[in-house]
Amino acid sequence: MIKKMFQKAKEYLNRFLMFFSTLIIVVVLLMIIISILYKGLPSLSWEMISQIPQGGYYFGKEGGILNAIIGSLYLALGSTILGLCFSLPLALYINIHRAKNSRLVNFIRFLLDLLWGIPSIVYGAFGFSVMIYFGVRTSLLAGIITVTLFIIPIMVRSMDEVLKTVPKGLLESALSLGSTRSETAYKVVCRQSIPGIVTAILLAFGRAIGDAAAVLFTAGYTDYIPTALNQPVATLPLSIFFQLSSPIPEVQNRAYAAAVILTVIILIISVSSRIVSSKFKQKKIR
Amino acid sequence: MSIKSIRFFKIGRILKDKLHSSWMLVCFLIVLFLPFLLGIGLVFKSNLLIKEESLLQLLFSSQWHPMKGEFGFLPFIISSLWVTVLSILICGPICMLSAIHLTHYAKRWVLKIMHPVIDILAGIPSVIYGVWGIILVVPFISRLGASLGHPNSGYTVLTGSIVLSIMIIPFILNILIEVINTVPQELKEASLSLGATKWETIKKVTLKKAFPGIVSAYGLGISRAFGETIAVLMVVGNVVKIPTGIFQPGYPLPSLIANNYGEMLSIPMYDSALMFAALILFVVVTVFNLGSRYLILRSEKKI
Repeated sequence: MIKKMFQKAKEYLNRFLMFFSTLIIVVVLLMIIISILYKGLPSLSWEMISQIPQGGYYFGKEGGILNAIIGSLYLALGSTILGLCFSLPLALYINIHRAKNSRLVNFIRFLLDLLWGIPSIVYGAFGFSVMIYFGVRTSLLAGIITVTLFIIPIMVRSMDEVLKTVPKGLLESALSLGSTRSETAYKVVCRQSIPGIVTAILLAFGRAIGDAAAVLFTAGYTDYIPTALNQPVATLPLSIFFQLSSPIPEVQNRAYAAAVILTVIILIISVSSRIVSSKFKQKKIR
Repeated sequence: MSIKSIRFFKIGRILKDKLHSSWMLVCFLIVLFLPFLLGIGLVFKSNLLIKEESLLQLLFSSQWHPMKGEFGFLPFIISSLWVTVLSILICGPICMLSAIHLTHYAKRWVLKIMHPVIDILAGIPSVIYGVWGIILVVPFISRLGASLGHPNSGYTVLTGSIVLSIMIIPFILNILIEVINTVPQELKEASLSLGATKWETIKKVTLKKAFPGIVSAYGLGISRAFGETIAVLMVVGNVVKIPTGIFQPGYPLPSLIANNYGEMLSIPMYDSALMFAALILFVVVTVFNLGSRYLILRSEKKI
């Protein structure tokens, strides 16, 4: 009897601990968002979002971080589009063209997982040394290429997870009606898994906009909005990082405000990917 | 439509298919060669340093004086180990308990909250984690250290590992949930029908069956933690010294690269040393990844 009660008590304790640790995760997320909003909102102003740094900005004079916002968007958009050109075909390739050869497919998945695991600083260092080798200076293009390398595995793997679930019958009936494999890929399979593809794109976009280590050496930093691919570009994470390391409190406060902007962008991406995936889900053939 | 135009149409379609297939092949080859290219590139660049000094001396010497040409990576390696191990120790129990909770006990509304929470945590950029670390964790650690008799600036190994542990929670948790969910339902039912309680079933059947997967989840977490750069760099203190306690500043490998690269191009040896640091990162991360993926593949085959 006592043993049984003891067991029950143990189970309750465990259940409490489990609930508690789940709670910790939620609380930490709230803490992150609230602390950043609390610190950043007071110094967030329209001026910050709409102006590029003026003279003496980094000593607390006026200006904003429009250069970093626009630069980050350019970089993330460019690398997402370039990444899509490589990842969508690859994801389709392993799910349609080579679907029968499961050994090869598993090998590619393994390789992609491996690439996903490599830290972005390694991509950054590698990209930088390649740039030095070819004599290219830090520029938007170099940043885009490095970030593209870094997001390709993320995109392919998350698209692959969705393409895997497309029913085989759909594929076979499209092929039996005489469509070529690439027509099947784009007109049937892609249409079927659009929500997953869009989520994958948004995920990669979020990664690209938030990553700092890969662009640290490759994209450079500038106070101006780039007008060509061979100009250096400022990014939001780096702008936060640099401003936070300044000893002047006003500049630090601006870093917090920039962190608010970045957080809001990430939250928007996250929410919209949820909306997209739930909206498209109704139109799916099962 | 004449026969000719039909044929032309058909050729066009086939041509498109051919072109597209070859583009796919190009993408495939890029991904195939990228890991090898990364590895070879890093070895090539760090060759200068490896040729000059023995590997053992590089890895196990603590003399870091780049200007004098002495490159001992021990302080950085030890700092990296401290931060990684501590962060796994902090987030390990939380992830495990929470994964069991989410897969076995959680009500629907809890799941409805937790899915977006995990997604958002996974999506937050590392800079934001760093900013959070500076706002909240640094003062907290500084006060904690002072009250425990280890006065510090707050920028310590412990701070870095707390921030890092929060960053890898969503990553490990996702894999854990997936792994636990692959345990077949029949096994659990068999155990329950033999009179085991739910908790006993979880402990002795589910977790036992999922054990290789759980190990690999932590392995992947370790490799993720080892390479994390900016967030750790912002809070860990960056002092070249072997940390001897959790309240001391450290200088992990990724921070070393991030802090010094670009400025030190004028000294080829220094450049090569930093590439060697990147190579260490690459090798360690790849080994952990390979091991964990192998375990996952094997356990999937068994089930």
